[in-house]
Amino acid sequence: MTDAAAAAVEAVLARAAPEPASLLPVLHAVQEALGHVPPEAAGAIGHRLGLSAAEVHGVVSFYHWFRTRPGGRHTVRLCRAEACQARGAGTLQAHAERRLGCGLSGTGAGGVNLEPADCLGHCACGPSVLVDGQPHARVTPERLDAILAALEEKP
Amino acid sequence: MTAPAVYVPADSTALALGADAVAAAVAAESARRGVAVRVVRNSSRGAFWLEPLVEVDGPSGRLAFGAVSAADVPGLFEAGFLAGGKHRLALGPVTAIPWLARQDRLVFARAGLDDPLSPEAYLAAGGTAGLRRALALPPAAVVSQIADAGLRGRGGAAFPAAVKWRTVLETPAARKVVVCNADEGDSGTFADRMVMEGDPFALLEGMAIAGTAVGAERGIVYVRAEYPQARAALLRAVEIATAQGWLGGDVLGSGRAFRVDIFQGAGAYVCGEETALLESLEGKRGMVRAKPPVPAVAGLHGLPTLVHNVLTLATVPAILAHGPEAHGRRGTGRSRGTQAFQLAGNVRRGGLVEAPFGLSLRELVEGFGGGTESGRPIRAVQVGGPLGSWFPASQLDLPLDYESVAAAGGALGHGGVVVFDDTVDMARMARHAMAFCARESCGKCTPCRIGSTRGVELLDAIRREGPGGGRMELLRDLCATLAGASLCALGGMTPGPVLSALQHFPEDFGPRGAGGEP
Repeated sequence: MTDAAAAAVEAVLARAAPEPASLLPVLHAVQEALGHVPPEAAGAIGHRLGLSAAEVHGVVSFYHWFRTRPGGRHTVRLCRAEACQARGAGTLQAHAERRLGCGLSGTGAGGVNLEPADCLGHCACGPSVLVDGQPHARVTPERLDAILAALEEKP
Repeated sequence: MTAPAVYVPADSTALALGADAVAAAVAAESARRGVAVRVVRNSSRGAFWLEPLVEVDGPSGRLAFGAVSAADVPGLFEAGFLAGGKHRLALGPVTAIPWLARQDRLVFARAGLDDPLSPEAYLAAGGTAGLRRALALPPAAVVSQIADAGLRGRGGAAFPAAVKWRTVLETPAARKVVVCNADEGDSGTFADRMVMEGDPFALLEGMAIAGTAVGAERGIVYVRAEYPQARAALLRAVEIATAQGWLGGDVLGSGRAFRVDIFQGAGAYVCGEETALLESLEGKRGMVRAKPPVPAVAGLHGLPTLVHNVLTLATVPAILAHGPEAHGRRGTGRSRGTQAFQLAGNVRRGGLVEAPFGLSLRELVEGFGGGTESGRPIRAVQVGGPLGSWFPASQLDLPLDYESVAAAGGALGHGGVVVFDDTVDMARMARHAMAFCARESCGKCTPCRIGSTRGVELLDAIRREGPGGGRMELLRDLCATLAGASLCALGGMTPGPVLSALQHFPEDFGPRGAGGEP
């Protein structure tokens, strides 16, 4: 973990109530700041919240949302739940994997994390994706290409 | 005279279909033409097949245009849409659109009307009337209203709400908590999301009523990470409601306190199970707890905790405001009130259909839905989310109420209905159900943790080598173990989609060639 990352973790911890119930909010804030939760941060987080590093690791590894390795600059969450499958999510996933050159949970071309999602709540208009927090529905392979092309122009 | 309003929904499905670009185009085009308009970002009416659904005020109610893209906006101005001019996207008066007119909206009465974060609009549409009524009644009388309405938990378990309320009320404790389960993880469901984004004050009001009734001064909404727009709306709504005195240290001048915090989940489906959710709120892995004790006796940090789904709590203000009979006279048998059916998947006219319990599956998927969007025949419909059962096209006359669906071997769950056409491979969907359970299992009980993985392997073998070799017997045996011996509904109900797929579509369970691809 770099000094800057450690400082970011410390800044998050300084704002957190020192109790175990703060753990998920802390992990969200660390991931928000760093793009992932560094495994080396478990000790500092645990120390502040009254947990062991093992307990922190146990929580990080339980929840799909948290990633422990640095990824890309952008995140595409692709819904693969039933309602989107009924509307072509499988085809979209294959296209995304080919275009980005990575599988689900990987980081592909242009620094884009491709994450699986189980339902984004746009089930009448699938397939849907969540791109850096912005929802898109009725996403055809062509529309995904346009969304990814727009990402490349962003910092 | 104020400028005419143009309503463009800010619901996240509308956003996903380009509503922000439409709103920007309306502002730009009105400026270019020197025509003053007021762009109102309303909530969605739930007719997602028409989103972005743009509305303007007409002489006798609102006029609708849909589905509008940003490129359509100059043409709408050219056609004089502000004055109801003719345009190919014109749908006439919004309330006369048959898909909406045929619904019976109690919980979603305010959907699409106005800016969901406007306290003035909330008050004008009857907001806080339920809370005012509740504050004027003794706690036990509020619980009686919930009992008389026949309200049952809308999250999936359909447990009588008043039993929980009474238990929390009668359990002595210095502190009690109201927890809203907004971890709406079922595929094919979005009603909770619509409430949080489109009528968040109603949810907060329902929580405040519950707090008043059971003696809790603290509420927490556990909202899933996949819903960033819903979370943002709730955070803002709590701020506004607190500033309005609807929440805080002195709720509506009653001297009673009720504060609400918003908590973000982290992508674990099992946290929709109430005890796993409580563990997660305590900062732990979302591991299911053995019951008893039930959360109403010992829940969050051991405190008596009222846990309800978003829809359940959002139904409460209407029950208090209009009286329990307004809710209770709707529905059928022991399924009282309305269900927010969520029509999804391969369907022409998908969205939120609120109707009294008892609506038939055919009325829903054919009447409202208009059949498949692909134009191919309906083959299978999954009712009640990823743990719900599959029904073939021959069983569309099924009435959608808790008891009828259960009698047909399914579960209405949270009201999600997902339509598939005849290209679906049902063995693949059965495998998906087992794989989902394997991925999402909290790991506490063996049937779910190990059984789901064995189920995936078995279904792969069946798809690769066919149903012989005792594989079917083994699969049924495994399902019986999952159903009977799992700690919670995740393992317990995963056999539903597996066995119903097998029962209704046995022809799909044969060799699929080498590989058994997922």
